[in-house]
Amino acid sequence: MIRRQQSIIIQTLARLLIPFIQLFGLYVIMHGHSSPGGGFQGGVILGASFILMSLAYGIDEVKKRFPIKVLTVMMCLGVFIYAAVGVVCLLLGANFLDYGILPVVEPRGMGMLGIEIGVGITVMAVMVSIFYDLLTFE
Amino acid sequence: MKPLYLVLTVLVGLLLAYGVSDMPDWGDPASPANTHVSPRYIEKSFEETEVPNMVTAVLADYRGFDTFGETTVVFAAGICCLLILRRAREDDDS
Repeated sequence: MIRRQQSIIIQTLARLLIPFIQLFGLYVIMHGHSSPGGGFQGGVILGASFILMSLAYGIDEVKKRFPIKVLTVMMCLGVFIYAAVGVVCLLLGANFLDYGILPVVEPRGMGMLGIEIGVGITVMAVMVSIFYDLLTFE
Repeated sequence: MKPLYLVLTVLVGLLLAYGVSDMPDWGDPASPANTHVSPRYIEKSFEETEVPNMVTAVLADYRGFDTFGETTVVFAAGICCLLILRRAREDDDS
């Protein structure tokens, strides 16, 4: 178990950096279908921001803002979103994950965006969850 | 039993090395992967998927089912770490 240390420099830097890291992570996920990036990369960046937060402020602070139960639910939610996009295509009469049939503008791009969001949520939650498990294992 | 494990490991390693020697050279333009699917992705991916990022088009559209499996693997890894490492404590809400 890592002892909690108060370092004003690290805490201030983390407070300044974390919003930009999270914004960049969301950008990487949202622009996955039109520029380099995607769910895996964006999810890892988002997860890294929470790991940075726990390194600077201690894991208890992260647990207060982002309960572990929510994390476990988000792990499942990401895979569920991915599968749900596929099943919606199936219900509309196309093959599993055949986005062309979705009733939105640019159906293929939007379908990919949907599954990238699912991948991003799962990867982010798994990153933070494994970090938490390794940290609290005694 | 330990010498047996060593022999088995070396044998499997040799078998894998023998299998790898049969694969096409790295970046060989005449290999099946480069003559069969790559041109189709490069020429048709924008027409067929309407997204400018070819990598994501292959990852999320042509091979969407594969990526679904990858996501499930990541999910399974998280669940396994949770099951093995996390212990329930009475004062903990997890």
